[in-house]
Amino acid sequence: MLWKKFLERKLKMIDQDKLYSIWVYLQAEPLFWLTLTIGSYLIADMAYKKSNLFPLLNPVAMSVLIVSLILILFDIKYERYFDGAKFIHFLLGPATVALAIPIYKKWNLIILNCKAILISLILGSTFAILITYSLSLYLELPKELIMSLLPRNVTAPIAMGISEIIGGIPSLTAIITILTGVVGASLGVFVFDVMKLKNMDARGFSLGLTSHGIGTARAMSRNKNAGVYAAVGMGLSGLLTSILVPLFLKII
Amino acid sequence: MLNSVFIILLYQLIGELFQKFFGLSIPGPVIGLVLLLLTLLLIQKRERAVPIKEDLYNSAEILLNYLPLLFIPVGVGVVMHLSLLEDNLASVVLVIILGTLLTLALTGYVMEKILRKKTQDD
Repeated sequence: MLWKKFLERKLKMIDQDKLYSIWVYLQAEPLFWLTLTIGSYLIADMAYKKSNLFPLLNPVAMSVLIVSLILILFDIKYERYFDGAKFIHFLLGPATVALAIPIYKKWNLIILNCKAILISLILGSTFAILITYSLSLYLELPKELIMSLLPRNVTAPIAMGISEIIGGIPSLTAIITILTGVVGASLGVFVFDVMKLKNMDARGFSLGLTSHGIGTARAMSRNKNAGVYAAVGMGLSGLLTSILVPLFLKII
Repeated sequence: MLNSVFIILLYQLIGELFQKFFGLSIPGPVIGLVLLLLTLLLIQKRERAVPIKEDLYNSAEILLNYLPLLFIPVGVGVVMHLSLLEDNLASVVLVIILGTLLTLALTGYVMEKILRKKTQDD
């Protein structure tokens, strides 16, 4: 263990107080947290691409895991991390607004199949909310957990926005949303095969509506038409769900 | 680039103000999304709008390419709620799996039925 001895000798040479003051400085500034967040994402994304887009290696889930482990390991408060990383977080709002552009680009397609799209959109989105709510009630989940679960089938920025408004916990919603995406992307094909659904447009739309960006990426990698319909399903269900969930809660 | 960044921020701002002003329960950025979509549809045929649309396309693509990165800071917040999640982990996973599979099946089924009827009609 030559290197260990070498390291120990080096460490002894460094002034402990100085090391501590550097650590204090790093924690207080956004620089370290931003570098950590982007670095974790790049590593996770690389692993995901190397694995040929294996759904269980979802880059967001993996980066959240890496950053969380570091916070727990070094006993750092979440607020401290978030205070630094909030510059990345801020971009969520603009990114949500920017979702208007992919919807706009697909507008002709939406108009072309407007009946099929509208009916499946309304039925699918309503059903997603109803089934989540009734299962959660049946399993006697606490209220804030139910509220965090309700918008789970839409793209994370919108889901987190809804969750915040209806009294859920946005960070739980983020994780739940990712899980939903992973489940849909990995098991969707089996469901469609069992149901003997052959139409690629219908398969894609359903995947986008049910498991947002993760499902859309999956559909995109299999079939171009399915991918386009998945993107439409994801965009429109995000819109409709942000109206339906608060409305549903007012009615019950 | 700066034009489109300004437009996106402006629409978000309008959306947030709209939400606060009318006390709506739809997230402000989603209102911004709808307003931007309506604006784009309204100016669809205008020749003068082409450069700004190109600019918007580029900015949106950059922003949406890195969308997953943007939910990491909030996602990490899950460390604060580990106990709540731990106590109900099996139920939460069950809701997610069952809910997702059933929604996938229903939506796919409905859409395929309507599309098949449409091709038969044509």
